[in-house]
Amino acid sequence: MKAEWSRRHVLGLEDLSADEITTILDEAARFKDLADRGEARHTLLKGVTVCNLFFEPSTRTKTSFNLAARRLGADTVDFAAAASSLSKGETFIDTARNIEAMGVDHMVVRHSTSGTPYILTQHLQTGVVNAGDGTHEHPTQGLLDLFTIREHRGTLEGLTVALVGDILHSRVARSNIWGLKKLGAKVIVCGPATLIPAEIHRLGVEVSYQLDDILERTDVINLLRIQFERQRGAFFPSIYEYAQFYGMTADRIRRAKKDVLILAPGPINRGVELTPEVADGPHSVILGQVTNGLFVRMATLHLMHQAREKHLASK
Amino acid sequence: MASLLIQGGRVIDPANQVDQLLNLVVIDGVIAELTSGCPKTDAVIPASGLIVSPGLVDLHVALRDPGYDEDEGTASGTKAALAGGFTTIAALPDTLPVVDNRASAEFVVLQAERAANCRVVPLGAITRNHDGAELADLGQLAAGGAGGFTDATKAVQSAEIMRRALEYARMLGKPLLSVPQDPTLSAGGLMHEGYYSMVLGLRGIPAAAEEIIVARDIALAELTGGHVHLMCLSTRNSVGEVRRAKSLGIRVTADVSPHHLALTDAEMAKYDANLKVSPPLRSREHVDALIEGLVDGTIESISSDHRPFAAEKKSRELDHVPFGVSSLETALAVCAMTLIEPGHLDWPDLLRLLTCGPARILGLKAGTLSIGCAADITLIDPSATWTVDTNQFHSRGHNTPFQGKTLRGRVLQTIVGGEVRFRRQ
Repeated sequence: MKAEWSRRHVLGLEDLSADEITTILDEAARFKDLADRGEARHTLLKGVTVCNLFFEPSTRTKTSFNLAARRLGADTVDFAAAASSLSKGETFIDTARNIEAMGVDHMVVRHSTSGTPYILTQHLQTGVVNAGDGTHEHPTQGLLDLFTIREHRGTLEGLTVALVGDILHSRVARSNIWGLKKLGAKVIVCGPATLIPAEIHRLGVEVSYQLDDILERTDVINLLRIQFERQRGAFFPSIYEYAQFYGMTADRIRRAKKDVLILAPGPINRGVELTPEVADGPHSVILGQVTNGLFVRMATLHLMHQAREKHLASK
Repeated sequence: MASLLIQGGRVIDPANQVDQLLNLVVIDGVIAELTSGCPKTDAVIPASGLIVSPGLVDLHVALRDPGYDEDEGTASGTKAALAGGFTTIAALPDTLPVVDNRASAEFVVLQAERAANCRVVPLGAITRNHDGAELADLGQLAAGGAGGFTDATKAVQSAEIMRRALEYARMLGKPLLSVPQDPTLSAGGLMHEGYYSMVLGLRGIPAAAEEIIVARDIALAELTGGHVHLMCLSTRNSVGEVRRAKSLGIRVTADVSPHHLALTDAEMAKYDANLKVSPPLRSREHVDALIEGLVDGTIESISSDHRPFAAEKKSRELDHVPFGVSSLETALAVCAMTLIEPGHLDWPDLLRLLTCGPARILGLKAGTLSIGCAADITLIDPSATWTVDTNQFHSRGHNTPFQGKTLRGRVLQTIVGGEVRFRRQ
């Protein structure tokens, strides 16, 4: 399977086949296995430079990518650029080309505008991995969610996974939906009607507005972060009301399946998406997700780099 | 007395229902005769195999002059118009400063005279500085040559101001060119709200944002008896509303742009800034309804809606890229490809939408080959195929989604007042 990997860029799970997703997950599992046996550090990307090009603030994703690149033996450089709020100053394309000219092999790109990593692939020779673009995709987050579920359940096939919260503005939701569907899971999106796009059913997902209605038949619940500023945009009346309808509480856990898994891409708002006893309780795999993120990103960078080497050799 | 014979072409004059192989005689810059005979003239242009059309008329073109030299100028924009077969264009007033006073309107006329390419009719602002707060000098603008009034990129948000503007413009015998888009529903949007905006994670502009203003403006046209012209219609229900209003005798007209007919929102998957237009490219069902509206006469005009922008403005993040396509030089061929090749319209139908259709909306004596009219003529080779190459554009704006596309139908010569102002090399 691994021999088939030919992508120099990872921009979204929409583009990837089920086989390609499985290839990344297997590769991540291999890295995790090696780490468990004391082999955490590798030299697979020795002499390679990976740049974190972040046009939007991030701490955990940037740190995770940084660590992943270093564990593979790569040099890393961080470049925090301001996303232009005006039509003046250096364009993001020029910014990226300048960094490329310094001798970078791979760019890890985050941007508040959807599609920006894709546009950069048209202008750069480096590999590009999308670390979250606007409200489009966040493929490595989607992959680490898949990895975490598979790790606990052995397979995604036949599971029912609920994505709860702000689907409309969530890049994590989109990556999850593509990945989960491709690996055979059933997906329910659940949240207030204002935060669920009307056309979402065309992706083959079930839509629910009541968390209580779906609790009993859901194997995995992924609680998406709610951004407080959405309240000002009239998407919901109050945080209090949101938490009443969609917050994961100990009471709701009791009514859910006995072995329900609780995921959250974080950073979590305790008392809003979930209560502290759920976040720290036995069903929560939130910290495991963070750990797995490292291995998924190592796998992604390693596969991309192999494809890049092949591409350069064939030139 | 200078005379010119355009010989052996297929003369199509939709205003007079002419579609015939004829010789056209121009004397002193005026259409003198359509004849099967062969009178002796000072000059002859052989036109066998070509369509001889009235010069095309465009209801809204951004010349960006004064103030936005990096995007376009009167000289480059009017040259692009000629290359696209247009002999009369109406210039949008969203310049710097805004054309909201007589001096600014006269400057547009003066610049067009200096350029000596095609004819230019200034459009004046509806509200001062396009702020939507108080009326621009509508009467003075009309005296300075304004053929109609528009706020160019913005709907007039206040229904009260729109009402008074319609009443006042009616007195002047001029239309208001409305931008039908509710800014509270479209704010922050980049593309049509639907399946693709959901998948691509791009903020959508719902069809309702347009339909609300279309319905409002029609109601105000009925109330005031004024003439509302809706620019760049893009949704199915808008077409239905206009159809209904016309059947009631309300003074409403509408146009559509070539790109809204040729492309759908599915194209946005390329995140191409050149596809970011306002209104947004809609989904197939809406596009089909627009074509139906053209076929049944609900929409009586096609406008290029030429909006040129400097390359550096279109290479920003999609959020910050301005809306628009540089479209004067591709408009005719894109229309031919989209409307004639699939059999929706024939050449006389299409040329009606590009000549006498728009001319009537602004009340211009243009867009026809009637005897005694100014000899504004476009020669078209309907079978010529060509590939769009922005390096060959006369417009400074290279922002087109049709770059590299092969199109059929090309303007070979454009004649203004009997003088050949453009000849393709």
